[in-house]
Formats: sequence, C-alpha cells, structure tokens
Amino acid sequence: MEKLYEEDDLLALSGIQHFAFCERQWGLIHVESQWVENVKTVEGKNMHKRVDDPYFTETRGDVKIVRSVPLMSKTLGLYGVADVIEIQQHDDNFGIVNYSIVEYKRGKPKADDRDQVQLCAQALCLEEMLAITINYGYLFYGETKHRYRVEFNNCLRTRVQELAQRMHLLFEKGQTPPAVYNKKCKNCSLFDICVPELSKVNKRTQKYLSRVFDDMRIE
Amino acid sequence: MRKMLNVLYITNPEAYLAKDGENLVVRVQDEEIFRTPIHYLEGIVTFGYMGASPALLGMCVEKGVTVSFLTAHGKHQATVHGTPKGNVLLRRKQYRLADSESESAKLASMFIIGKIANCRTVLRRFMSDYGDKVQIEEVDRVSKIMARNVLRLGKELLLDEVRGIEGESAQMYFSVFDQLIICHKDHFFMKGRNRRPPLDNMNALLSFLYSLLLHETRSALETVGLDPYVGFLHRDRPGRTGLALDLMEEFRPYLVDRLALSLINRRQVTGDGFLKKESGGVIMKENVRKIVIEAWQKRKREEITHPFLEKKIYVGLLPYAQALLLARHLRGDLDRYPPFVWK
Repeated sequence: MEKLYEEDDLLALSGIQHFAFCERQWGLIHVESQWVENVKTVEGKNMHKRVDDPYFTETRGDVKIVRSVPLMSKTLGLYGVADVIEIQQHDDNFGIVNYSIVEYKRGKPKADDRDQVQLCAQALCLEEMLAITINYGYLFYGETKHRYRVEFNNCLRTRVQELAQRMHLLFEKGQTPPAVYNKKCKNCSLFDICVPELSKVNKRTQKYLSRVFDDMRIE
Repeated sequence: MRKMLNVLYITNPEAYLAKDGENLVVRVQDEEIFRTPIHYLEGIVTFGYMGASPALLGMCVEKGVTVSFLTAHGKHQATVHGTPKGNVLLRRKQYRLADSESESAKLASMFIIGKIANCRTVLRRFMSDYGDKVQIEEVDRVSKIMARNVLRLGKELLLDEVRGIEGESAQMYFSVFDQLIICHKDHFFMKGRNRRPPLDNMNALLSFLYSLLLHETRSALETVGLDPYVGFLHRDRPGRTGLALDLMEEFRPYLVDRLALSLINRRQVTGDGFLKKESGGVIMKENVRKIVIEAWQKRKREEITHPFLEKKIYVGLLPYAQALLLARHLRGDLDRYPPFVWK
C-alpha cells in the first residue's frame, strides 16, 4: 500500500520543475521563501495571466477547453493548477472521454526534462482525481508558438514519483540543498541570492580569522 | 552578489508618497516633485511625519521594497515590509543559539572582533594620513590596546567578558577620537558618546549616521530571513532590534565614524548646521541632513574587495553580504561567522 499524504503536507506542484532543474533553486523558493523576479519570470507570469481564467470555458467542435483547473495527488503529495485541460467526448463512442493536458511556457523547449516532468505530474494528479488514464499531453512554448506532444511513459512517471519523494524528504528536513556551481547557474534568477560560489568556502573561516589575528600581532 | 538598488531618503516633512502605476510619486502640497519606477528602489526611508498612500505601501510590500518611518531625529518608528523571507527553521535556530549563553558569547565575540579591529584601522589610517599634524603617541597606544583586545576575543569567553572588552575598547577609542577631528575644533569635539539626546554636534552627527546604518543592517537581516529583534550581544528588550545592532557593530567605525570625520575634516559640514535646543540636546538642520545623506549615498556606491568573499562589491552591499554569511553560519553551511574586517 502506497503512502498517502495528508492535505497539510502537500507541496506546490509547480515546484517540481524547479526541483528537476536544481534542487537548491527549489529549496530557496519553497523552503526559504526567496524569490527574485527577472524579465523572464515576469514574462512567464504575464503569459499565465492570459491563460488563467477559471471561469472561461470554450468548446471547439467536440473538444471542451477548460482553464485553471485545481489539481491534487495524495500519493505524490502535490497540489497545483493545470493551465488547460482539453476534454474530448465522442458522441458516437459510447461516452468514452479523452482528457489531455496543456501547459503554457514562455520560452522554448529546454535541454532538460523539467517541463515534461511538471506536465506529467499534473497528469498524474488528474488521473488520481478522476480515476482515469492519460497517455499524453502538450507543452506550448511562447517563443516557438508551437505545441509539443509529451508521452506519459513509465520512465517519465517513475521520474516524477522519485522527484516528488525527494522533495518531501528535503522539505521535512527543512534543509536547503547546497549549491552545485555550474553553467546553468548563469540563467537562474536566484543567482544573486544563492551565491553558489559560497558553498565551497565553509572551511575558509578559520583561516580568515587566523589572518585577522596575525595582523593584530604585528604591532 | 545581489544587485544594489537605491534607497530613497525623504527629509521634507511636507512630502506625501503615492503610487501611480508602477511608479512612486512624491508630492509636496499636491505638486509632484519626484517620480521613479518602483523597481529602481530597494528601500524608502522617511524622516519626520508625512503620509504614504496605502496603495503605495501595498506595491512596496509586493515588490519587496522596505519602507521605514523614522522621526526627524532618526529614531525608528515603523517599518512596512511583506511576508517574512526565509524559513521558520532558520529563525528557530537563531533563537536556540540566542538562548544559549555560550553560543551567544561566540557570536558576540565575532561581531566585536570586527568592531574593534575596524576601530583600530580607523586609528591607524589616521596616523598614517595625518601623523605629522597631531600628537599620535596616545592614538598609537590605544591602537595597540585594540589589537590586544581583538586577540583576547579569540579565546572562549563569557558573554559578560565580551561585553567588558567591548566597553573598555569603546571607551578608549572615543577617548582619542577627539584627536581625529582636525578642524572646527570649537564646533566638533568628542568628550564621550551620548545619544539620548546627543549633547554636541559630533554626537548628533554620529547618531544620525548610525540610524541610517541601522536601517541597512535591519533590512539586510530581514532579506536573508533572520529576525532582527533577537540578538546575541544585545539581549532582548522590547522594541530593540538586537541582531541589527549586533551586526551593525563591525560597520560603525568603517562606514560611519570615518564618514563623519571626513565630513568635518573636509569642511563639508560646519557648526552652523546644528541647533542646540533649550535642553542642551543637539539636532541637525535640514540642509546638513541633506549633505550627510548625499555623502552616505555616495559612499555606498564605492567599491571594495570583500575580505572574506574576496570579490568586489559595493560598500552599500556590505550589510547584506554579512547578513548572508551570518545566515549561512546559523544554517551550518559555514563553521564560523567571518566578521567584516577592513585593513
């Protein structure tokens, strides 16, 4: 029997993309409540402002499009909001309903899987809430103005489960993971408050103080 | 390191602060006298009574801009800031250490090492710059005592012992401080620190600058998620920002004392900028306050190589850098807290 999380223990689903990108970035945002806006994050927010409208429903042919759908999974221990869910109902199909899920992103497809992971986590929530299976979803990117299909295969599902478990582990400890300074740090809006270079200096304080004391002995 | 944005200081008691779109607008008697996009600012400090619209305060909270209201004399009245940053676990760690006498003594030693070492450097710099103009034997003697006191703080001490060393050093330092004032001796002198109220021009100038510095250390601590009220050297007292005062110690000589001295020695402020009230308390006139704030702003934009981080940062970011190092130490990422020691 899988562990089920209590409502109070649920973590923000949106954090899983930060977590997949950098555990420390997630820690700074979700454990330390630190956040820094830059051009990219503001653009991202504005984009979602346009997409977010829980009272807006649209029907195109046999597809019903709903926005800002609240989501939750007690097995993953996550809660959040899906940008768009497309519900396709074929009248001639004995009432079989097909759900797919769409996430809007400001930029363009990324080298890592953080967007896929977030989309899949949303799908897993919806699957659990409606007791259905969702096989694929879409990522829509503002820069390319194109939607990309993402298959929710076992590999991706397992990755989401592992990330969610580890998020809970670190959150319980209340520890912000140490920084791993590398190339991707340059693109991080939290670079200036993370100060990743600092994670290497923990043993330098003793030396620093000795230097201070040595200066005092010169006289 | 974090970017340094501007702190806006408002000294005109008639000014009213309002919001217009994403801008801060300053009005005096319904006339707009200043306007800036809010994202250029990291803080607003106002002196004396004035108004600020709730819409402006709301925007400041949302954008992380701290707004501090001080009295005309620089005494803190209120600060508006948003939801506390950082996590409650970090603050609990801070409280736990503050509850422990021995842990508090360790941290207090670090702040005071920074303070005394920097006082000593103020004296030494003075001796090398002006040694020919003054009698320096006494200054030199005090500087040597300072060095000895820093070394004493390297040992494990009781909190009261740290306080004792701090008190003795401060007393010695201010006993020679008068020698560092080389002009307008009729108007500026140091016969000992007093602050409630300041009883002479020098003390009035120092107190005002210390209040600017306190604002900086306080918001730096809040930014990294520490509680500015719970200190290690300065124990809890209602309304007192103990940790902000702790962190301020190492900056007093470097940021304030030197600036006050150079304002006087370069004749940027003069005796007629101060007003002695009937009670003997001294207040600064508005034009001097403006000069002092301008000098302070200019100082903050200078660059310095941080002695521990070993990289160039703006002087104005020093309180933030030290607050960050303190938070890292409390979290266990750094084995000791490295105080800012200027050479």
